[in-house]
Amino acid sequence: MNFIDTHLLSLILFLPSIAAIIILFLPKGEDKLTRWFAFGASLIPFLLSLVVWFRFEAGQPGFQFEESYVWYEAIGSSLHLGVDGLSLTMVLLTTLLTPLAILASFSISDRVKPYMMLFLFLETGMLGVFLALDLLIFFVFWEVGLVPMYFLINQWGSANRNYASLKFLIYTMGGSLGLLLAVQMLGVLFGTYDLLTLYQRWNSLEPGSLLLGMPVQTVKTIAFWAFAIAFAIKVPVWPFHTWLPDAHTEAPTAGSMILAGVLLKLGAYGFLRLILPLYPFEAKIFAGALALLATAAIVFGAFGSYGQTDFKRLVAYSSVNHMGFVVLGIAAAGLASGTIDANIALNGAILQMFNHGLSAAGMFFLVGVIYERTHTRNLEEFGGLFPLVPVYGGILIFTSMASLGLPGLNGFISEFLVVRGSWPILTAYTAISMLGLLFTGAYILKGIKKVLHGPLNEHWAHGEHKLTEINTREVLVMAPLMVLILWIGLWPGWILNVINKAVGMLF
Amino acid sequence: MDFPVLSVITFTPIAAALLILLLPAQRKNEARAVALAAASFALILSFGVYFNYDQAAAGYQFIEKYNWLPALGISLHFGVDGMSTPLVLLTGVVMFTGVLISWGDDDKHVMAGIQDRPREFFAFLFILASGVFGVFVSLDLFMLFFFYEIAVFPMYLLIAIWGWIVTREYAAMKLTLYLFLGSVVSLVGVLVMYWVQYQNTGVLTFDMLEMEKAGFSQIFQNIWFLPVFLGFAVLGGIWPFHNWSPDGHVAAPTAVSMFHAGVLMKLGAFAALRVGIMLLPQGAQSWSWLIMTFAAIAVVYGAYIAFVQTDFKYMVGFSSVSHMGLVMLGFSTLNRQGLLGAGVQMFSHGVMTALFFAVVGMIYDRAHTREIPELGGMNKVMPFAAIGFIIGGLVSMGMPGFSGFIAEFPIFMGVWGRQWLVAVIAIISIIITAGYIMRNIGQVFFGNMPEKFEGHLTDVTVLDKIAITTLCLFMILIGLFPGFMVPLVQTGVENILRLLGGA
Repeated sequence: MNFIDTHLLSLILFLPSIAAIIILFLPKGEDKLTRWFAFGASLIPFLLSLVVWFRFEAGQPGFQFEESYVWYEAIGSSLHLGVDGLSLTMVLLTTLLTPLAILASFSISDRVKPYMMLFLFLETGMLGVFLALDLLIFFVFWEVGLVPMYFLINQWGSANRNYASLKFLIYTMGGSLGLLLAVQMLGVLFGTYDLLTLYQRWNSLEPGSLLLGMPVQTVKTIAFWAFAIAFAIKVPVWPFHTWLPDAHTEAPTAGSMILAGVLLKLGAYGFLRLILPLYPFEAKIFAGALALLATAAIVFGAFGSYGQTDFKRLVAYSSVNHMGFVVLGIAAAGLASGTIDANIALNGAILQMFNHGLSAAGMFFLVGVIYERTHTRNLEEFGGLFPLVPVYGGILIFTSMASLGLPGLNGFISEFLVVRGSWPILTAYTAISMLGLLFTGAYILKGIKKVLHGPLNEHWAHGEHKLTEINTREVLVMAPLMVLILWIGLWPGWILNVINKAVGMLF
Repeated sequence: MDFPVLSVITFTPIAAALLILLLPAQRKNEARAVALAAASFALILSFGVYFNYDQAAAGYQFIEKYNWLPALGISLHFGVDGMSTPLVLLTGVVMFTGVLISWGDDDKHVMAGIQDRPREFFAFLFILASGVFGVFVSLDLFMLFFFYEIAVFPMYLLIAIWGWIVTREYAAMKLTLYLFLGSVVSLVGVLVMYWVQYQNTGVLTFDMLEMEKAGFSQIFQNIWFLPVFLGFAVLGGIWPFHNWSPDGHVAAPTAVSMFHAGVLMKLGAFAALRVGIMLLPQGAQSWSWLIMTFAAIAVVYGAYIAFVQTDFKYMVGFSSVSHMGLVMLGFSTLNRQGLLGAGVQMFSHGVMTALFFAVVGMIYDRAHTREIPELGGMNKVMPFAAIGFIIGGLVSMGMPGFSGFIAEFPIFMGVWGRQWLVAVIAIISIIITAGYIMRNIGQVFFGNMPEKFEGHLTDVTVLDKIAITTLCLFMILIGLFPGFMVPLVQTGVENILRLLGGA
């Protein structure tokens, strides 16, 4: 037990990969065994992260459960892990969504072994980003996560998967080149990649001095944008979002769940963990630009979503819209850091990350459920399905309402906090983004109407195409998400307490 | 006297070559068995050297010294340091895997491996291998040169006889002339160094440890650094002297391509480092900007050219130019991180490109075409080779978690320490590499299989799988645990930095 106590984070991080390697040696053709093994294995990190969650002392400043191992000594990088309230929330989201996504993938029957292995490797990649307290390790996991996702889309995706997966990979890797260069520069300057050291030393550089033959301020500005673009692509912020609808639409259902649920959060997490602490000054200067892009993402994301005829694309664009609020909150916090409004906005942004993870994963799963039965995602081909599948209909409406921001469900809490915090700081942008919020309602209702209401498309009512109700396994995937959606909507205190204390200490 | 492990490693292949030649021509399997036994023996010994090298003591170890021509100051002086030890291991690995994938099958249905005169093939390949080992372990400049030429010459025969029938004569001639031209230029430089050091110290010696102390003047170093460095670097595929290499790679039979790109190019880079930079350190400092420029062009330009190739093997060939450019880029920084990265990159690129050429060869043996648009769906018939190629591809694009990242990252850090602009330019190559690697993986392994291949292709053999696994293991091992190789290379880097004046 002692070993588990002292290595909690590294166990959470590496158990999925170890499980993936074990899957490699499971007997061939035993798909059922492979599925259940993968599901069981992904529950262990979830249980361990619950242990961390309950043992975590929210009031204590700094990072907890820290571990540090020698990794690449020659250039001053070590495997330094630790959590605070911010990363713990994200770790919990990741370890919760992964088993659900694996459960959702039980319908995959083509090459189950490599599929499950890639999924578990993906979990390690994502968790590594959230747990890293070393800039190089952060970058390592940031890039590593791309590979399994690429192959999940490329191998198990739908018709246009080659294009979408390559676009996803090249877009994200291209965006990370600047980040890579900036990371290298920081390493050369300070001889260490330890984040806690970098926070201090990078910020205590003399403003007037020269770096690499240029004024410190110029270097910092360039480095700021290098970081910001890499993260903005991942979030994604308008106009860097174009990879997202393609990748989401072509990915297998569980891939979209993780993509929307966790991968997008990596970008927002990068803003919070690296940009705000490392570039407080630049964040203040350029917060306006960031807010502009965020507002554009909110408004155009909503318009784009409303204009879709493909159900999955509709949900994909809604992610652009919702993640825009996260960035708006971050921009507000960058502009007025330290004020009470900034803290409210940040609380909202972080909670919105968690909430969007729940509702977007749920929405993508529900789209997948109906796609598996009808083999179409075209909204025009549905219609009036509610009487055929009342349970599915109910779940879809519930989840859609969370996405819409109905009071009493989780989306309302976080979007309200972001708007409340940003209003005094970025009044005009926040006001414009309300336009996006209006259209959020419009596209959500459009989706519900096209699928569930209106005249029944007789095609699905009889014969071999008769639509079947959502099954038990699928309900089990949705149940934890719905419970959390409702719970956070009614009583957000349990999670906001952790987030708020982290925000108070960090910024 | 301890067991003379380095000379045993160096002369094992040549002894095996002679033994193979004694076998009757029709005893193909015996020739292969002797080859495999010798390669395994050399591999085990190079593992022994690798793990028994004392990192705390650093410096040159496993030293052997025998007089050869004392009147001229030539001795058979062997020893390895942190830079050359990984390369000895690399040679052992590539030799072992090269024999495995050339095993051949006398069943006419599958044209895999070497069926035509395997006896002579392995004999020439092993003479080449002895030359390569010799260069890496020599501490005597004359001996280094001697083995260098031994390594280059069998290449001509191997390509001209067993190569791709369309271009083999052209490519073999081009390669040999190019490399001889390079080595002649270096040889002139080496002889000048020999005489000047005689004038300076009054001792006739080719011993590099002595020549380090020769005290060459600044002007002398400035004049002679470029010919010596570039003469060797031709074999390292440095731009603008690279264009023999893709032709040579493509025309060569699979195992020779593996040797060629995997080890022989490192021979050029290593000799350029050992003779050019370590014996003429001040010259290196004066000219590092030029080497850096050449290397940066090679990195980006090589990647672009690889991107537009439609021939699978040419693509891999140009990617080698790009990746060897990174080695040269690391050398040109002359600082701790850059040299460290270059040392690791030599090993990493060696195993990676050997794997690439092995897989390309396996596909060509079966599909009889290397045109990327004509290939497709190989994942269905040879999934093992597909996974191997994907891992190699990830190494190639510098994906973290694999050895390529461990090597490239410090190289770029080193460049930041010299000239940030070069780092910004060279990093473009990473995204281009990702582009061509992923596009080709998508087409060749996962694209639609052309109808003419349906049912006609066979999976790779067990020996091929062993070779692929061996190469992949090194790439993953170094990627996850840099401690496997980095501290060792570091000891070698410290020695170079000492010669450069503690830079």
